[in-house]
Amino acid sequence: MNSIQMAFKSILGNKMRSFLTMLGIIIGVASVVVLVSIGQGANQSVSDSIQKMGTNLLSVNINMRRNNPITLQRVNEMRSLEGVAQASPFSMSSGTLKAGLQQYEDGSIIATTPGYDVIRNYSLALGRFLTEPDVNNRNFVAVLGQEAAEELFGSIHAVGETFTWKGYPFTVVGILNEIGTSMAGSGDNLILIPYTVGERLFQRKGINSVYVSATSAEDVDVAQESLTSYMDALMVGASSSTTYRIYNQTTALETLTSATNTLTLMLGGIAAISLLVGGIGIMNIMLVSVSERTREIGIRKAIGATRGNILSQFLVEALVVSLIGGLLGLGISVLATHLLSPVLGMTLTISPFIAAVAVVFSLTIGIVFGLYPANKASKLLPVLALRHE
Amino acid sequence: MIHMQDINKCYQLGGEKVHALNQVSFDIDDGEYVAIIGPSGSGKSTLMNIIGCLDVQDSGTYRLAGTDTSKYSNRQLARLRSTHIGFIFQGFNLLGRLNALENVELPLIYQGIGRRQRRRQAEEALDSVGLSDRMKHRPAQLSGGQQQRVAIARALVAKPHLILADEPTGNLDTATGAEIMGLFEQLHHQGNTIVLITHDQGIAARAQRALRIVDGKIQQVEEG
Repeated sequence: MNSIQMAFKSILGNKMRSFLTMLGIIIGVASVVVLVSIGQGANQSVSDSIQKMGTNLLSVNINMRRNNPITLQRVNEMRSLEGVAQASPFSMSSGTLKAGLQQYEDGSIIATTPGYDVIRNYSLALGRFLTEPDVNNRNFVAVLGQEAAEELFGSIHAVGETFTWKGYPFTVVGILNEIGTSMAGSGDNLILIPYTVGERLFQRKGINSVYVSATSAEDVDVAQESLTSYMDALMVGASSSTTYRIYNQTTALETLTSATNTLTLMLGGIAAISLLVGGIGIMNIMLVSVSERTREIGIRKAIGATRGNILSQFLVEALVVSLIGGLLGLGISVLATHLLSPVLGMTLTISPFIAAVAVVFSLTIGIVFGLYPANKASKLLPVLALRHE
Repeated sequence: MIHMQDINKCYQLGGEKVHALNQVSFDIDDGEYVAIIGPSGSGKSTLMNIIGCLDVQDSGTYRLAGTDTSKYSNRQLARLRSTHIGFIFQGFNLLGRLNALENVELPLIYQGIGRRQRRRQAEEALDSVGLSDRMKHRPAQLSGGQQQRVAIARALVAKPHLILADEPTGNLDTATGAEIMGLFEQLHHQGNTIVLITHDQGIAARAQRALRIVDGKIQQVEEG
C-alpha cells in the first residue's frame, strides 16, 4: 500500500519524465493491440466472405484447349453425382451495356444455366431466373443485379425492359435481391445471361469452369470425390495430368485463414519489438532515477528501510509506470480501432484475450526491466549512499 | 547503552590503507549527552557510522542496548536502526518530494505502523519541536532551522534509544544553531540519550562530556 503511494508520488513528482517513459509502453501496447486486431479483422472478413459464397461451393476448372469433353450435357450429368446438388457452367466477360442514353460499364456479364442461382444462394426480387428453354433456344434474356438495374433503368423495376450489349438487344426477365460486396467483389453488378448466348458473344467455345454445390457443407468431400472420378473417367487418354482442378471453399478458407494468421503473427511480432524497446526505456529511466536518488536511498536506509523496502519501492514504481502505460495504450487502441474500422472497411474488435495479454505483457516488462535498477538501488550501502552528493 | 571494545576499521582509499579507527573503546550510559569531537579526517564520521549501524567494524565488539551488532545481517541492522536510533544529519537529509509530516512519518512506515497511529505520532513529534503549523510544508518551503527541526522530529518519532546527531548545526547560522542546541538540551532533560558529533569545541562544551578523537584513537575524555 505504502510503496504504491510512494510510487505514485515519485511518478507525479516528475510528470514529464514519467510520461515519456510511459510513452514507450503506450506506443508498444497500442501497436500490438491495434495490429493484432487488424490481422484478426482481416481474418474475419476473409472467412466471412467465403462463408457468404457458401461453404458447400466447389468449382471445377478445366485446363484444356482442345478436345474438351465437358459439354452442357455433361454438366447436367454432374447434377446426379453423389453428394452434388447443382452444377452450372460459368463464363465471365465485361463490356458496356446501353439502355437508351444510359451506359453501364462496371457490370460482370456471366453466362450460365438455371441452377446457378441455387449454387450461389441468389434469390430473385422480381421476375424469374434463367430457364432451360432460355439456354436451349439461345434467348437474349438477362437477369440483373440491383446495381446494374438501377444504373441502366433508374430503378429495380426493370423486368421487361431491354438493353443492348455489343449491339444485341437483351430483355430483362428478372432482378436479383441485394447481395452486397464481398471478397469476390460487388455482387450487385451482375448481368446473368444464358450460357449458350454467352458462348457466342464471348467468342469462347466450350466450358472451362463449372460451379457445383454439394448437398450440404458436410458433403463437400463426397461431392469432390465423385466429381474427381467422373472427371477422371472423361479425361482418360488426356496428354497432361493437370487437365482439370477441383477447388472447394473449405480448403480455400483454410489457406486464406492460415495466410492471415501468419500476417497477424508478423504484425504482432513487429509491434512486440516496440514494446520491448519501451521496456528498455523503463530500465534506462529507472537506472537514471536510482543514481539520482542515491542520497534518498541512503536516507531511507538510515531511518530503517531494509533492502526489501527499497527493492519493492523501485519495482512498484516500474510496475506502476508500465501498468499505467499499458492501460493508456489499451485505451488508445480502442480509440484507434474505432477510427480505423470505417477506413479499412472491416469491423475491428479488440478481443479480451489480446487486451489481457497486452496488459500482462506490459506488467511483465515492468518487472523484468525494473528488477535490475531496483536491485541495484537496494544493494547500495547506506554509508556510501549518504555520502553521495 | 553503548559499549565499544577495541573497535578497528580500515579503508582502502586510492590504494592506500587508512586506519580510520584504531582500538577504540568507550561506554555511554543511558540518558547521557555525549559529544564526540575531532577535526576532519580524525575518524569521527566512521565512528558515527558504526554507532549508527550504518557500517560494520572490522574487529572488536559493539553492543547497542545490550545487543551485539557484529553478528547481525543487513536486514537485522536495518531493523535495529529503525527501532533504536534516530539520525540527525548536518545536511538535514529530508526527502524533498515529501512534506514535513510525511518526512516524519517515514521511519514509522518502515516499522509497519498503521496509518492513523503514524499520523498521530508524527504530529506529536512535530509539535514537540514547535512546528505544528508547518506540517504540510515541503522542505524547500522551510528555513534551515525549521528543516533541522523536522529532521529532529523524524529522529524522535519512533522513540529511539539513542539520538545520533552529526554536526547538526553545521549548516545553520549561529542564532539558529543555538536554538537547535537548546532543543537538544531539552531532549536530554526529557531523558533521551544523545550522541553529538562535531568539530566545534563550543558545541561540544554544551554536552555532559566529550570524547576527543584524533587519528582514529580516543585521546581524552573531557567532562563538560
